[in-house]
Parts: sequence; C-alpha cells; structure tokens
Amino acid sequence: MTLTLTLREQPVVPLEAEALCPDHLAGASRAEIEALAVWHGKERTRVGEFFAVSGSGDDVRVEGDLSRVKFVGAGMSAGRLTVAGDVGMHAGAGMRGGELHVEGGAGDWAGAGMHGGQLVVRGSAGRQLGGVYPGERAGMRGGEIVVHGDAGAQAGAGLRRGLIAVAGRVGDAAGLRMLAGTIVALGGLGARAGAGMRRGSIVTMAPATPLATFVFSCIYRPPFLGLYLRRLRALGLAVTEEQLEGRYARWCGDGLELRRGEILMLEARA
Amino acid sequence: MKLHGAEIVDTFAEAFGMWGARVVITAATPAWALEAGRSMTGFATSVIGCKCEASIERELDAAATPDGRPGVSALLFAMDRESVGKRLVERVGQTVLTCPTTACFNGLDADDTVDVGGQLRYFGDGYQASKVLDGRRYWRVPVMEGEFLVEERFGVVEGVAGGNIIIFARDHETALRAAQAAASAMREVEGAIMPFPGGIARSGSKVGSRYSALPASTNDALCPTLRGQVEHTDVPPDVESVFEIVIDGLALEPVRETMRRGLVAAAAAGASHVTAGNYGGNLGPHHIHLRELVP
Repeated sequence: MTLTLTLREQPVVPLEAEALCPDHLAGASRAEIEALAVWHGKERTRVGEFFAVSGSGDDVRVEGDLSRVKFVGAGMSAGRLTVAGDVGMHAGAGMRGGELHVEGGAGDWAGAGMHGGQLVVRGSAGRQLGGVYPGERAGMRGGEIVVHGDAGAQAGAGLRRGLIAVAGRVGDAAGLRMLAGTIVALGGLGARAGAGMRRGSIVTMAPATPLATFVFSCIYRPPFLGLYLRRLRALGLAVTEEQLEGRYARWCGDGLELRRGEILMLEARA
Repeated sequence: MKLHGAEIVDTFAEAFGMWGARVVITAATPAWALEAGRSMTGFATSVIGCKCEASIERELDAAATPDGRPGVSALLFAMDRESVGKRLVERVGQTVLTCPTTACFNGLDADDTVDVGGQLRYFGDGYQASKVLDGRRYWRVPVMEGEFLVEERFGVVEGVAGGNIIIFARDHETALRAAQAAASAMREVEGAIMPFPGGIARSGSKVGSRYSALPASTNDALCPTLRGQVEHTDVPPDVESVFEIVIDGLALEPVRETMRRGLVAAAAAGASHVTAGNYGGNLGPHHIHLRELVP
C-alpha cells in the first residue's frame, strides 16, 4: 500500500517540511499526518494546509512540484519515500537509513550530513550534494547518493564516509576538504577537485587537471574500483566496459594536507 | 546391503563440530586464481598436523565474484573460531597477498565474523586505505605490483568435520579408480570439501600410537599388508587396497550429500566394499549411517 501526499499549490515562500519523512508518516492516521507541523516562512502551520493525504502504508509518495519544499526526507531512518518530481533544498539531509527517490531534480544541500541510507536523484542535483554544513567538520558520514544527471559545486565537501556517484558532470571543488569516502564522476569534474582533501577517492572518467598540490603516482587498475563500478551499474548508472576494464592515472593529494587522498582519472584507450 | 555389487557396510561415520570459513579469491585469470587457491589450501589436510583443514571448494565464473573477475572459493576449518581467524590471517597473508593479481573476499554470510583484512592491512605500513561499500569494509594494501584488496571481516560458522567413507577393492588399481570416481562426484557438492590430496587419503589413522609423542598412527586394522601380523584386521580376505575420503562441511547436510554421492560413485566404479570410520559413537555428535545414504 502507498501513502500519497499531493501538493495542492506552490507555497508563496519556501515550505520547511521535515515532517515529510517515513519516520513520521508510516503508521500514522490521515488526521495525524494532516496535523504534523511545517513552516511556511516564519509561520508554523500544518501538513494538511498544503497537502492532500490519501492511502496508507510504509511506502510514501509525494506528488506535485516540490521545488519550494525543503527538508523532504531529512533525517529519515527507514522506509521508502518517493518524490514524483523536483524537490527543494536539503532533501535527505542527515538521513540515516531507508531510501529517498527523487524522480526530478534536487536543490542544494541534498543529502548533506547524511549518515546512511540511499538517496537517488533521477534529474540533477544542486550545490553541496552530500555536503557539509557551516561549522561542522564532516559532511556526509555514510550511505549512498546516486545522481543520474549533473551535480553542482562542492559535491562531497567534507565527505567522511560513503559514496557519491554522479552520471553527469560534477561542478567545481568536488570533494572540497573531504576526509575520506568516494566520489565517482562519470561525466567529469570541474576545477579544483579535491582541494584540501585529506583522504578518500575522487574518480573521474574524463580528463581533468589536478591542482598543483597533487602528485602523479602511476597508471594502474585499482582493484576496488571493480566493486564500486559494478555497484553503480546495479544501481542503474551506465557504467561502460571501458570504465570497468580501464587503467586509471593516480594523483595523490592534497599536498597541503596529508596527501593520503587520490584522484583517479580514466586513461583514454590508445 | 549391496549397491552395484559392492557391499555397503551397516555402520556410520562419526562427525564432529569444527569452525569454518569460505574465502573467495579472484585474479586476472582463472589460472592465477587457482594458483592462489592451491597455495592457500596447501598443507592443510588434517587439523592434527596442519592446524587446519582446507581445500578449494569450486572454481567461480567472473559473473559469480564480487569484482567480476574469475575466481575460486575455498573452505578452511579449524577447531574454534579464533583459530579460523589466525589461520586465515597467516594463509591469506602469505599466499594470496603475495600472489600476482589477486584479491580476497569473504564468501560466507554469517552472524559471527573474524578479522582478516583488518590484520593484513598493517602490511601497508601506514599507506593502507579502507573502503566501505554496501556495509562491508575492504582494505587496499599497496604492493609492488599495484594494490592488494582484501575484505576486513570473514564470516565463520560451526560446521561439521570428519565425515568419511572408506573404499575397499580387490586390487590397487580398482581401489584407486573407485576412490577417484567418488572424489570426482563428491566435488560437485557446494559447502563441503575433501582436504586430502586429490580428495583421497591412503593413510587413514587411528588415535594414538605405541610411541608416546604421536597423537595418531597408521590404522593397522585397515592395512592389507598387516593382515598377517595384527591380532585384529578389518580388511576382508579378498581386498588388496583401501582408501579413505574425509569430508568437512559448513553444515551437516552437505557432508551427508557428499558422502552419498561418493558412496554411489565408488560402488559403481568397482569398489568391493564401502564402509565408514567411527569411534564407537563416543567422539562426535553427528552419526551419518551409510544405510540411510543408499538410494
């Protein structure tokens, strides 16, 4: 059974709806769901003011243009939540488990500070995908983020653990000050990737120019990448045989930090 | 009772508990995977002399391995879970880490686990790095060839060891042919191994010896050459050679199934008798009666 919430009309100002999370919705009655609190600008109001509620069950579906609805699925720990369209900022931020599927695009800070679970964006994602909130040392600490489109700047900033995979291109400063974890950019990287990174891996399938503080090590076939790319293929990303079988240039950095991180760059086949 | 003309002795194999793990080794080619698998399971015929029992379980297609490369799976057994962990660290460290192109993965989903990659990572001397994917941690250890990838934790279960069949024949050639046919049929069973060379032991042992330093010695009651010397022999008058096949499994059922296949194949290949070894029912909790295995 599916519990469906349908947005009646676009909010005038962004709606902060942390209540749109399976943890709050699963098992609740229609009246209880409609009474859950949301913030419309500085005004505290109810889910029922903006959403029509129908059906019931653990599988939650939210319909309508949610591009002005923030914090959808934030902090969720279990269950499955599907957004049938675009979603606003902070979707899945801090989530600890379960699955959040966005059938459109996602705004900035999607999956920021995530601890676990899976966030899938069928469209593109904004800035700070799986990123770090100001004042915090680490961003994403676990789980998987899969984006079928592009991602904005500073994807994986402060990443500590987990996997961020983007089918398209990732914007500037991917993995900014990342601590560990893995970012895979199937469509290539913007400038300054890995700036300030301490550990972890940034993988790109297109040529890139590492910062001057990265040092070339060798060209080889990283054994762990076979596991990761097969995982991404299972998650629906178009990983090619060339990427699976290919050789990668390993650049170690950032030399201004520990130089324990790496950028792996697929070598063009001769 | 008779099967294909062979006498199936109404007795039982006495099996006991041993802890086991499954190791999946992958490599760039099937040959290198097999090389590593053979090396890792070498000198592991009997827990008495080798501290563990191990053998290759089967060869794996690329599609069946975690990293999409050809591989082998091997089972290793020891008397307790800690010993399984120690033996895995020793053997994976000395034979798989060192072997060109290999990677090493846990092949057993179990609640209980032992740390393997988490120990071997120190070979990286601080340059090792870990990756966590889908809840499993792997260690990347830099080596001269490139990188060795090993999973951190390996599942362990309390399995069943000491399943066995003993094959008699009227001449040596027939006995060996029957034992080989049995071993070949027995290899098809998943979750069980036969740790002796080619799966076959020619030197079944009895507990103890007249020499106090030895915990085990030749099973004189089953040696055809001693028929005229010993007070008691179990070798029938028309039998000239005897082989034993020992089976360890991750559970009782694979051991039973392996014994069943071996018994049938040995009988069909010319064995005159098939029996099994036991200790009068005093040692192991699992009694596998041959009469229950005859089709």
